[in-house]
Amino acid sequence: MVLAVVLALLVIGSVIFHFWSPWWFTPIASNWGSIDDTVEITFWITGIVFVAINLFLAYAVFRYRKKKGSKAHYEPENTKLEIWLTVITTVGVVILLAPGLIVWAKFVNVPEGTAEVEVIGQQWHWSYRFPGVDGEFGTIDPKLYSFDNPFGMNPDDPNGQDDILVSSQEVHLPVDEPVKILLRSKDVLHNFTVAQFRVKMDMVPGLVTYMWFTPTRTGTFDVLCEELCGVAHYAMRGRVVVDEADAFQTWLSGHPTYAETLIKIPADVHAGQALYAVCSACHGPDGGGNAALNAPKLAGQHAWYLERQLNNYKAGARGTHEDDVFGRQMAPMAATLVDDAAIANVIAYIDTLPDDAAPATVTGDAKRGKKLYRTCAACHAPDARGIWSQKAPRLAGMSDWYMSNQIKNFKQGIRGTHLKDTYGGQMALMARMLRNEQDINDVIAYINTL
Amino acid sequence: MIVTLAFLVVVAIIVVWWLLPQNLTAKPWLAHGPIEDPRPERDFATAKIGLWVFLAVVSSVFALFVSAYSIRMELADWNPLPDPKLLWINTGVLLLSSAAFQRARNATQREQLHGVRTSLIAAGILTFAFLAGQLLVWRQLNASGYFIYANPANAFFYLITALHGLHLLGGLWVWSRTTYKVFSGAEASKIALSVELCTIYWHYLLLVWLALFGLLLST
Amino acid sequence: MEHIAIADQVHELHHPKSWFTTYIWSQDHKVIAVQYTITAVSVGLVALGMSLLMRLQLGFPDTFSFIAPYEYYQYVTMHGMIMVIYLLTALFLGGFGNYLIPLMLGARDMVFPYLNMLSFWVYLLAVIVLMASFFIPGGPTGAGWTLYPPQAILAGTPGADGGIFLMLVSLAIFIIAFTMGGLNYVVTVLQARTRGMTLMRMPLTIWAIFTATVLGLLAFPALFVSAVMMSLDMKLGTSFFMPAILSMGETLDHDGGSPILFQHLFWFFGHPEVYIVALPAFGLVSDVLSCHARKSIFGYRMMVWAILAIGGISFVVWAHHMYVSGMNPYFGFFFATTTLIIAIPTAIKVYNWVLTLWRGNIHLTVPMLFAIAFIFTFIHGGLTGLFLGNVIVDVPLSDTYFVVAHFHMVMGVSPVLVVFAALYHWFPKITGKMFNKTLGMIHFWLTFLGTYAIYLPMHYLGFLGVPRRYYALGSTDFIPESAQTLNAGITVAALIVGTAQLVFIVNMIWSMSKGKKAGSNPWGATTLEWQTPDTPPKHGNWGPTLPVVHRWAYDYSVPGAKRDFIPQNEPEEDASASGNRD
Repeated sequence: MVLAVVLALLVIGSVIFHFWSPWWFTPIASNWGSIDDTVEITFWITGIVFVAINLFLAYAVFRYRKKKGSKAHYEPENTKLEIWLTVITTVGVVILLAPGLIVWAKFVNVPEGTAEVEVIGQQWHWSYRFPGVDGEFGTIDPKLYSFDNPFGMNPDDPNGQDDILVSSQEVHLPVDEPVKILLRSKDVLHNFTVAQFRVKMDMVPGLVTYMWFTPTRTGTFDVLCEELCGVAHYAMRGRVVVDEADAFQTWLSGHPTYAETLIKIPADVHAGQALYAVCSACHGPDGGGNAALNAPKLAGQHAWYLERQLNNYKAGARGTHEDDVFGRQMAPMAATLVDDAAIANVIAYIDTLPDDAAPATVTGDAKRGKKLYRTCAACHAPDARGIWSQKAPRLAGMSDWYMSNQIKNFKQGIRGTHLKDTYGGQMALMARMLRNEQDINDVIAYINTL
Repeated sequence: MIVTLAFLVVVAIIVVWWLLPQNLTAKPWLAHGPIEDPRPERDFATAKIGLWVFLAVVSSVFALFVSAYSIRMELADWNPLPDPKLLWINTGVLLLSSAAFQRARNATQREQLHGVRTSLIAAGILTFAFLAGQLLVWRQLNASGYFIYANPANAFFYLITALHGLHLLGGLWVWSRTTYKVFSGAEASKIALSVELCTIYWHYLLLVWLALFGLLLST
Repeated sequence: MEHIAIADQVHELHHPKSWFTTYIWSQDHKVIAVQYTITAVSVGLVALGMSLLMRLQLGFPDTFSFIAPYEYYQYVTMHGMIMVIYLLTALFLGGFGNYLIPLMLGARDMVFPYLNMLSFWVYLLAVIVLMASFFIPGGPTGAGWTLYPPQAILAGTPGADGGIFLMLVSLAIFIIAFTMGGLNYVVTVLQARTRGMTLMRMPLTIWAIFTATVLGLLAFPALFVSAVMMSLDMKLGTSFFMPAILSMGETLDHDGGSPILFQHLFWFFGHPEVYIVALPAFGLVSDVLSCHARKSIFGYRMMVWAILAIGGISFVVWAHHMYVSGMNPYFGFFFATTTLIIAIPTAIKVYNWVLTLWRGNIHLTVPMLFAIAFIFTFIHGGLTGLFLGNVIVDVPLSDTYFVVAHFHMVMGVSPVLVVFAALYHWFPKITGKMFNKTLGMIHFWLTFLGTYAIYLPMHYLGFLGVPRRYYALGSTDFIPESAQTLNAGITVAALIVGTAQLVFIVNMIWSMSKGKKAGSNPWGATTLEWQTPDTPPKHGNWGPTLPVVHRWAYDYSVPGAKRDFIPQNEPEEDASASGNRD
């Protein structure tokens, strides 16, 4: 009796939950409305079956529950009924399947002449490649992946010279233009997903997979990785910006071709030394940092990391949050480096400074910190030397008080929340695993032992 | 996965062949009384059926390896091995060991204990010779630089031969128990089943080897 | 023609001589079944604990220091693998299969008792190896239960240095154990049926466990093969699955391997595995429903055919787990079609369960409550499967919480409800004691309503696009804050359900010693295991003579019979003669 009522209530409750809940697909931003239609068809058919069978079940339990003197009916089978049920089920299945396969056929076959964009996934960030004016991608050799050739471009392939390389988590696409996304991975499986576009596909190292869609409205959309790719999987975030055609072209032309990235102007250490005079006031003449002035140690930090942070400061991606007191002091200093050459020069000079380990100032339980650091090691390396491909800076031997402050900044949303600081945004997600002061001190105490 | 699916089709045919005479369309609620199975039980020894089921499992393992082999083979970096001459000799030796088991089995049926003993010993020695020969092939390949990690073709060769060899080693353990029984004076009728099971197993592993060898030769 | 009692000629029973060989190193299928059950449930409790830890993190992020991403992914992995393989597979086949096959068929034991005993001990070894990975540096693997390469063996994954290897070794050992047991189950069904027990007189439990075992024997090799090949990639530097890649900033020596090949092998095992778990649940629940509804199972023949059809088709649907894996997209057409075809026999089974209740005489006992709740959750889980099986509908939903909700409903909640139905149903036979009904009811309501409260809303997280296997969601441009509220609610429900299982354990342990004596056939069931001369059945099960089967397994409420059930071994005269006198 109770069970029958509960079953009926669960059916009614499920239906109410469905119609009252605010939780449903996010509004679509691509041409794949037909996918939403197939979901709707499936929802209605399965929903009706769910309600019908379960209400029947509830009724049966109510009607035929044990009563005094009641006896079950003896009916081992009813062939006619069973055949009818089979036929009806088959019809239902066909109604579900047929539209599904038709839409899938559309998904599989990319329209002729669709523009191609390559998305590259790696632990744990995204980058992109456009084919350039010749409309053809150069070949890639995974054996060539290196700091100087992060895309693994084959230098001898003429098709690759004009390929446009986007070393950023953000990509722009023109609105209302169909686009074929070629998917590639440098290491493990990833999956390129933009919920608003509905379609997704895994990226598999050694293969190029694909999918296609037409963005139908302008806007900014989050890219999530939806295939488990290691410990920082959940922090692998990118962004697609759908632009009008002009804005898209402007954005695209701001990125270098492969040939352009090969042109390297040697940095001028002497010029850098002159520029460093400004820095040395706080960071010290030997780049050793100064806790009293809240200036971290620079010597020994990876050049690419310093460059990224200086650019962040210059672009306002760092040092603009109102609670970031010291970051706001740094921002105008970074502005004194007028161009990329100046940044390269000053970094080249910092690279010549003696790398003496910064003194330990944070105390904590290193043994406990060692356990926590297992997560950090995936990017910052087990010895905390930092890894270029992970975009993770060196931690060992650097200013520990500064790391403590920055982890807190990340946790409090002072750093890593600016839209342009996408790698910082990832660190902000990771930093959440350190729940309190104790956790932070412990993990830094462990880093101090490395 | 074609090979594996083909194997499953064979299994399915056997299952259907077994099920068909079992009256699966009968309405069981109608008939009462201790009716017999529609097909009178043939005198299949239980252990023999157990062995056949086990061989189906082993076949599944090998079919899957062959499937993996054929999928991996299609990829660009596949570089086939040379076919060492020694493999032909090994194949001959394995063939002889299988024949020796067959002789042992025939001898048990004629209750010739002496024949059983000599054949069993011969079969064992030949099997050990085959395994030694396989090891020798490994050493030759290693010496000429075909290391396991150098190419997937090499890796598959070592893996598949190792797996086949391990199955023979398992068989040799049963062989040693059977041989011990025979030499400790068991009657021919008591050991007939053991010898027969060994014989089936060896024939089966010979067939598997021929299939694998054929695969290696043809690719 | 003289009937040869196949069940009796099989072998001489092994006679235990001491306490040790009676209860520990035992060849009695009933003892082995209990050993399997206790081990599986214990390891399942560990996995349940890990799921609660995951729920704590998801419901209340930024709270618990002991759940960093490293640990979180270890829980994700170990929870999944333990639940699917070491709990459900072992429990349904090693536990229920072992206990029920000989008893329901009227046999004295399995046909190879020594092998059967080894099967358990090897299974225990597999469990110990798996648990050992918690105690090595780096801990167990965090690769996700699917263990996809290259990720599974790379440095960015928890346990990449040792945990993953122990996992692979443990799986290989488990497969050996399963093969030993599986040979027994299959050959026992083929050879040891008692006189009169034709195939079409077998209870559906036996049909289902038999079919599931055949699936397992043919499918587990795929897992074995992939585990061996991955171990070689890891330890000997081969490139079966490993392409040329970058790891921690350096290119590795592997070249040319195919991660998709692994996925094909894994799911070639993985999909039949779903039915290795589901089919026994189907069988057990059919028998529980029929018995407590006092009505013959509806459409027995169709049920048998459906089991066989599901078993067969389950081998050609595997790639529906790989629609967005990057495999050749044209496979999608084939696998979507086969997947939706398998829905038809499955739906027939559901109809027949409901129609078994229709015009029955439903005794709402504790096992029956669980069985009916199973129908409800299985309908839900089965229908959501139609979303994911239909290739294009799967695309927006794959790798979201919709998938997690679906497979927990269909493969977690539903089989576990059957496990409880079956444990309560057969507990009186296994122990000779009756369980406490009130505790059973409490356990039922908390478990049933609790799990529904967990998994119904979880589907909606999936519709929102919340990805699975995320340690923390952070902020996105499309998921509203309210998703977090929903997550917190789900966690609370999960904690309640988790705690409720203590009620079950207390009930089982308490009732085993203090429960009322149950008698030999408290439910009035027809199948042979309830007709044993002793309860619990002694070694050898049947006393001096084996039972002879006179009828099918579902003679409930037969018109004109003296009682509302006729045991399978009751001759026609006894069943109706007195009935006619009434």
